[in-house]
Amino acid sequence: MFKYAVWILFAIVILILPQLFSSLLAVSILNQMAIAIVFALSYNMLLGQGGMLSFGHAVYFGLGGFMAVHALLGIEEGDYSFSVTLIPLVGGLFGLLAALFIGSFSTRKAGTVFAMISLGVGELIAASSLILVSFFGGEAGVSGDRTYGPTFFGYDFAQDLQVYYLAAAWMFIATLAMYLFTQTPAGRMANAVRDNPERAEFIGYSARRVRLISFVMAGFFAGIAGGLFAVNYEILTEQNLNAVTSGNVLLMAYIGGLGFFIGPMVGAVVLTLVNSVLSHYTSLWMLYLGIMFVLTVMFLPNGLTGFLMMHRTPWHLGKIRLLIKPYILTAIPSAVFALSLVAMVEMAHSNEEEFVFLGATLNSHGLLSWGLLVAIALLAYVALRRTLPGLREAWVHANTIDAGDQR
Amino acid sequence: MSLLQLQGLNKQFGDTKIIRDVNLEIQAGEKHAIIGPNGAGKSTLFHLISGRYSVSSGSIMFKGLPIHNRSPFEITRLGLARSFQVTNIFPLLSVFENLRCALLWSMGYRYSFWQLLGKAKALNARTEELLEEIGLHARRNLPAGELAYAEQRALELGIAIASGAEMILLDEPVAGMSHTEAKNAVTLINKVTAGKTLIMVEHDMNIVFDMADRISVLVYGEIIASDVPSKIRGNPRVQEAYLGEVVQGSSDA
Repeated sequence: MFKYAVWILFAIVILILPQLFSSLLAVSILNQMAIAIVFALSYNMLLGQGGMLSFGHAVYFGLGGFMAVHALLGIEEGDYSFSVTLIPLVGGLFGLLAALFIGSFSTRKAGTVFAMISLGVGELIAASSLILVSFFGGEAGVSGDRTYGPTFFGYDFAQDLQVYYLAAAWMFIATLAMYLFTQTPAGRMANAVRDNPERAEFIGYSARRVRLISFVMAGFFAGIAGGLFAVNYEILTEQNLNAVTSGNVLLMAYIGGLGFFIGPMVGAVVLTLVNSVLSHYTSLWMLYLGIMFVLTVMFLPNGLTGFLMMHRTPWHLGKIRLLIKPYILTAIPSAVFALSLVAMVEMAHSNEEEFVFLGATLNSHGLLSWGLLVAIALLAYVALRRTLPGLREAWVHANTIDAGDQR
Repeated sequence: MSLLQLQGLNKQFGDTKIIRDVNLEIQAGEKHAIIGPNGAGKSTLFHLISGRYSVSSGSIMFKGLPIHNRSPFEITRLGLARSFQVTNIFPLLSVFENLRCALLWSMGYRYSFWQLLGKAKALNARTEELLEEIGLHARRNLPAGELAYAEQRALELGIAIASGAEMILLDEPVAGMSHTEAKNAVTLINKVTAGKTLIMVEHDMNIVFDMADRISVLVYGEIIASDVPSKIRGNPRVQEAYLGEVVQGSSDA
């Protein structure tokens, strides 16, 4: 019963979210999140579940998206007529076809060979998208209008909020479908092939065929995400299928945690937030994103979800409260340290002499301001060095079963 | 007619001939052991039969069908399974999942992505039975990579027999085990391969002479003798080529 409860709760949350965050900006961020979740989950079918490191997953997102925009244009021109709610399916099917074609040769091997082919194909498609103007629209891309189709129970999808419900419904269905796939023979064999492709062949499975099935599925769901993107933004450009987008989805899946089904969802939500909030405040947000990725790879190999899951043992032992104080004590100096570094980076980047950071006015050419920031950073660093052992100790304690502490 | 037939089998890597003109027939139900000094080509012979390597010349017939140069998964599907000398399992999957995956093809699930494993009652029941048989029930939810060595060997065997294959190739099933562990392993092998055709490569002569109906001796890629254990023991060529080397080896040490 627990598994049904989780899905019902998930459905309720996505229905309530736009009531809680109803501003235009919030709804547009929610739309991005829904799209990113489907895309990141589809990516994890390759990397986390199938052991295929792809540097070109945006190809299927983009191709699905472009096809979806063309479908919108077809509706607009009256070539055919169907509801906009089905547009993501058009994207999905085109993504599936593309993945079937490319996967037929790229899934022969996993590892470096697969990674290099994905990179090559990604570059190839991105480059040709600027040349094949009739389909990709060149630099300007292709744009459509989602409001021409027949209305769906009175909704014409002119407002972003209506698009949110469309995207959320597709996200829910796609998430459920991708979860169920992990519970099927093909989904489980994908894990087996990831772990040991050779042995998989000796229990009757062609590793290549198993990979191809995962690859085609991943292409299908990436295409759905692309179709949702087309409905939401009504425009697709070369950016939507190039290496930057491919890199982004890798970041989402990795930072969220490859080893857990919900990992990429967490990553998609966090990174969408970080992207839209950070890019609002600073033009250097890509730099911070990169640093975040490196820190995750170094310190949280199982991603944010893995970090949360680490707390299962203390939770079951009823010792989670032991960690609260040390966490706060460590969080304060780390936040100060990080912020002072950010201030220095931003100040170095700033062209103006007067520089305002968190309400404090600094002089970007003044020795005093620089000295102050360096001093704060050093102090915070020293403080962090002193609070860390306490956290480590508390962590060990929280993960140990005491004789007098049996539950 | 014999279940497995090797005819004029040759394998060479570059100019090095590893297997030379091997002819061998294995009858259904037979327990056949292949022995020979290190580097004689025993593992290579297994890799040829199971499809891991392609043959240079000659033929391998299983149930009357040519299986040489077919891919491992095709050979496995015909009912010829194998275990590995170096443990070869799915380390991140649980013990239960390892066995369930090994059962999937033989139970007809193929590449299905429309059936849920949780609802596959017969499959799950058979997996539980296998867990009991190989004595890993208490370890069922542990990632296979975290098992102790002897337990991993038991799982290795479990994966090999899961499909219900008629013929099973065991590559040094008790290598690296303590005396007690080896004894338990032999009991387990006898139990789970009852009624099946078995070919094994093994260095422990006590186990070989105890278990095998027939023994083939492979030296420098050639089979120099193939007979019942009592005749092999008395064969002068075997003593010279194989046992002689053992004596020599031990006097060196």
